[in-house]
Amino acid sequence: MKQSLLPIIAHRMAILCYIVFALFPLFWLLKVSVTPNDLLYSEGVRMWPSRTTFDHYAFVLRHSAFPTFFKNSLIVSASTAVVVTVCASLSGYALSRFSFRAKYWIVALMLLTQMFPLVMLVAPIFKILSPLGLTNSLTGLIIVYSAFNVPFATFLMQSFFDGIPKDLEEAAMIDGATKFTAFRQIILPLTLPGIAATLGFVFTAAWSELLFALMLINGNAAATFPVGLLTFVSKFSVDFGQMMAAGVLALIPAGLFFLLIQRYLVQGLTAGAVKG
Amino acid sequence: MMTATGSINGHSVRKPWLRRLADASEPYLYSAPSLILIIVVMLVPLVIGISYAFRDIQLLNPFSGGFIGLEHFRELSKDAAFYGALKNTLWWTGASVALQFAFGLVLALLLDKPFWGRGLVQALVFIPWAVPSFLAGLNWAWLFNPVIGPLPHWLFGLGLMSQPGNILSDPQYAMWGPIIANVWWGIPFFAITLLAALQAIPRDLYEAASIDGANWFQRFFSITLPFLAPTIAITVLLRTVWISNFADLIVVMTGGGPADRTQIVASYIFTQAFKALDFGYASAIALVLLVLLLAYSMLIILLRQTLLNKD
Repeated sequence: MKQSLLPIIAHRMAILCYIVFALFPLFWLLKVSVTPNDLLYSEGVRMWPSRTTFDHYAFVLRHSAFPTFFKNSLIVSASTAVVVTVCASLSGYALSRFSFRAKYWIVALMLLTQMFPLVMLVAPIFKILSPLGLTNSLTGLIIVYSAFNVPFATFLMQSFFDGIPKDLEEAAMIDGATKFTAFRQIILPLTLPGIAATLGFVFTAAWSELLFALMLINGNAAATFPVGLLTFVSKFSVDFGQMMAAGVLALIPAGLFFLLIQRYLVQGLTAGAVKG
Repeated sequence: MMTATGSINGHSVRKPWLRRLADASEPYLYSAPSLILIIVVMLVPLVIGISYAFRDIQLLNPFSGGFIGLEHFRELSKDAAFYGALKNTLWWTGASVALQFAFGLVLALLLDKPFWGRGLVQALVFIPWAVPSFLAGLNWAWLFNPVIGPLPHWLFGLGLMSQPGNILSDPQYAMWGPIIANVWWGIPFFAITLLAALQAIPRDLYEAASIDGANWFQRFFSITLPFLAPTIAITVLLRTVWISNFADLIVVMTGGGPADRTQIVASYIFTQAFKALDFGYASAIALVLLVLLLAYSMLIILLRQTLLNKD
């Protein structure tokens, strides 16, 4: 039984369209970032410039505040990812393995935090953090981002814990280990993919956050990448090559993390979908 | 750590109450760090935010802070910009969700059956999801910019534009800019969730249907769609709420302009808090948005219940 070729060709063409649509904007970002300034306008719509240069990158790295923004974003995102993953592993474990009276309320509270517009918190959070000296500080941002990401990360970790048979820790506890030891030494190592996925997810979320960073940070010293790039754009909206070079640089950490965790994330979501 | 030692001591039969206490408090100790974070940074500000809606809170005015009752809401009911933003929110959310869902479903169907290179294709088409939203916004703003981007020239070449102009500064079409950026950015989310649901459909159902002579469309409408329905319902509901709150792309691409034509409620709240520094008014708008979204969610859930009961 030979399948006709037409559906296969149509299928591959459709896939190709999606790939082009998904990648073209990023390709353009890269293209403009390596186009020398004198060719920028004369070869505006060409797919690839006749000469390429890395001058824009060199300028951004040497003569602008972007290395500071990059460092700030890295500190904020990495710290948030670690704080959230630790908290979410613990609370995810509690939700997965214990049945206790307040469980229902904890789940309800976490769902509630996913329902209301976070924009609503911009003003009160500013008012609370400002007398504590936590506005214009990376610590303030880390605290805020950690709280925002804990609920989803908890559910994510819970679904990974649910996938591990209970017998494992019961066996360990019969051998005399406490529940916490069993959790630390047996369950956590088995959830490493889940931990990686959570780390990556939270890192990317913190790396992308814009509105609270805009509100809580002013001045270059504590600015994260989104804020820095946006101020740069609104102040000097002429040097496209440099802006796009900065854009490509902003893409790198999030992109790397995504490639690392993409497999696990689809896996985790699949597990969730099978259950639901 | 206290619990761990407590339960070790509790092994002796002499102190069963200590062990009981340790056992009972264990889940709470595990949950405590997360709960403290959520309560301090989200729940308390939420309550304060709701109270701001009834107070006069302006950051630069030291004499503000008094209780003014429903004054903000009275003002809001006469605020033409708010009604415009409400209308724009409907348009922005409706178009974004519909297009993201349609393209996401097609992509999920394309990726459902194994083919050579599927893993790579999957990684490539899901990349937009990893792009930080502010960068997605800037990236598309640059693509729409006739100085630097190709899109205006292509649209001009196709005869869709009388001259290569910037769609983002055209009051009539400006909203399409953020919507297209949002669709580009959001397709992977729908594709991933729908793909996961598709893969959970038992394969033998399709085989049985093929043997009975059902064609692709019959199989799609009688097997695939009913199986996907719960996932579709929940993702569309969540996504609708989420997108109507999602102001990043608009703040980055148009800032609500030209002439407020792309201002949605979420970006209007942000503008009031960030630029006008009128926290009280911003909170009042946020409260209205919250109530509207809750009403919408309730409506969908009720609708779903009635539909389920009918069957």
